[in-house]
Amino acid sequence: MPSDFFIELRNVSFAYDRRLILKNINLRIPRGQLVAIMGGSGSGKTTLLRLISGQFRPQQGEVLVDGKDVAKMGHAELFAHRRRMGMLFQFGALFTDLSVFDNVAFPLREHTDLPESMIRDLVLMKLNAVGLFGTQELMPAELSGGMARRVALARAIALDPALMLYDEPFTGLDPISLGVIALLIKKLNDALGTSAIMVTHDVHKSLDIVDHVYFVANGEVIAEGTPEQVRAAASPWVQQFVRGEADGPVHFAYPANRGLTDDLGVEGGGHA
Amino acid sequence: MLDFLISPLRKLGHTSINAIWRLGYASRFLISILMYSGQSLMRFSLVIREVYFAGVLSLIIIIVSGLFVGMVLGLQGYNTLARFGSSDALGALVALSLLRELGPVLAALLFASRSGSAMTAEIGLMKTTEQLDAMSVMAVNPVARVVAPRFWAGVISMPVLAALFNVMGIFGGYLVGVVMIGLDAGTYWSQMNNAVDLHFDVVNGLIKSLVFGIAVTLIAVFEGYDATPTAAGVSSATTRTVVTSALVILALDFVLTAFMF
Repeated sequence: MPSDFFIELRNVSFAYDRRLILKNINLRIPRGQLVAIMGGSGSGKTTLLRLISGQFRPQQGEVLVDGKDVAKMGHAELFAHRRRMGMLFQFGALFTDLSVFDNVAFPLREHTDLPESMIRDLVLMKLNAVGLFGTQELMPAELSGGMARRVALARAIALDPALMLYDEPFTGLDPISLGVIALLIKKLNDALGTSAIMVTHDVHKSLDIVDHVYFVANGEVIAEGTPEQVRAAASPWVQQFVRGEADGPVHFAYPANRGLTDDLGVEGGGHA
Repeated sequence: MLDFLISPLRKLGHTSINAIWRLGYASRFLISILMYSGQSLMRFSLVIREVYFAGVLSLIIIIVSGLFVGMVLGLQGYNTLARFGSSDALGALVALSLLRELGPVLAALLFASRSGSAMTAEIGLMKTTEQLDAMSVMAVNPVARVVAPRFWAGVISMPVLAALFNVMGIFGGYLVGVVMIGLDAGTYWSQMNNAVDLHFDVVNGLIKSLVFGIAVTLIAVFEGYDATPTAAGVSSATTRTVVTSALVILALDFVLTAFMF
C-alpha cells in the first residue's frame, strides 16, 4: 500500500567537500500537496531539491520518492524517476538555441514517439495553460523574465509530471509577473493533482498558495506548519523571517573575527 | 624559513596533482562521449546541425587563410628556389608544404580559434544558465544530447576543412607563381603531380587533421563542460581551449611527423 507521503527525507545529511550543508533533515511531503521550503540564502534549500531530483546523493539518510530511495537508484531507474518529475529553475533555464515551441516540445520529442501533429497540439495546449499561446515562434531572448518563467513552467509540465519542483520561482519578477506565476503554480497543482515542492524566500506570496511550510536554517528544519500556524508562530526566527526584520536570531552583520573599529584602531571597538 | 622552502614545493605538487586529475577526468569524459555516441549518431540530424555551426561557418576563414598562405608560399618559395635555379619546382614545394604540414596544422589552429572556442563558450554558458541541469533533470543525458554531437561534428569537419585549406593554398600558389610571376602552368602542375604521393602525402596529411580534429574538439567540449559556471569561468575556459589546443596540435604534429615521414 503506497504511503500517504510522496516524498520523505529521513535523517538526511549532505556536505560539499567538508562543508556540511544539511544536518540530519527529516521532511515529509503528502501526496497532492504544494509544500514550501523557506529559508535564507545559503541555507541548503536548493540542495534539498537536488537531492530529490537525484542530482546529488546524500552522505547519510534516505531520500524516498514514492517509496523508492533516490540515493540508491541506478542510472536507468534515476532517469525513469526524472521522467515523472518536472522542475522549474530559478531563471527558467530555457534552451537559448531553441524557439519557445521547441523548448516546450523538447521533453515530448525526447521521451515519446508521438507524431509531430500531436506534439504540436500538446505544446499549444501547455502554452495556452500558462497564458502564452501565440508566442510559440519567439526565441527565449525575445521574452521578458516573467514570460520566460512561464514558458519554462509549460515545459516542466509537458509530460504531466507526478512531482513538481520549483526552485525560487519568484526571483527577479515584477509584482504582476510574480502574482501570475504564483496563480499558475497553484492552479496547475490543483488541476494536475501533483505533489509539489517550492523552494522560496518570498514569504507572503508563498503563504497564500501553499498547503504546508518547512523553515530551514543552518542546514536544519527549525520550524514547520500550515500557513496559518506559521503566521502565528512564536519562534523568533520564523517571526524575523516572516516580517523581514534586519536583525534578530539571524544577524545583519557578517560574523567577522574583528570589527571595523578594531581594524581602524578606534578605542572601545567591539566585534560585529 | 622552512615554510619558505616547503610552500613552492607544495604549490608544485598541488599543480601537478591537479593536472594529472584533469587528464584522468578528460579521459573518462572521452569514454563517456564514446559510450553515448551511438544515441547521437542514430539521430544524425543533431550532428549535421553542429557540422553546420563548426564546419560550414568556418569556411570563410579557412578559404581566405588557405588562399593567403598559398600565395605567401608561392612568393617565398619562388624567391628561394630562384636562387638555386629551380623555380620550376614551385608547384611541388607549395603542395608538399601544404599537404604534409601547413594545411593540417594551420587549419586545426584556425578551427580551434573559431569553432573550438565557440563550442567551449556555448557549453559553458549552457552550464552557467542551468540548461545542462535542466536537460539532466528532464532525464536527457547532456553528454549524449549536447556534447557527443558537437564532438563528432568537429571530428568530421576538421579533415574536410584541412583538405579545403590545401586546395585553396595550392590555388594561391598558382595565382602567384603562374598568374603573377609567369611560371609555366604545365610545369607547375606536372611538378606537383610527380612530387606528391597519394598515400604518403595526401592520406597522411588527412590522418593528421583527423587526429587534430579529435584532440581540438575533445579539448573544446571538455573545457566547456568543466567550466566554472560564472562569466569569469567561461571566459578562462575559452582561453584555455585555444591555448591548450594550439600546444597540443603542435606537439601532436611533431609526434605524427616523426612516425609518418
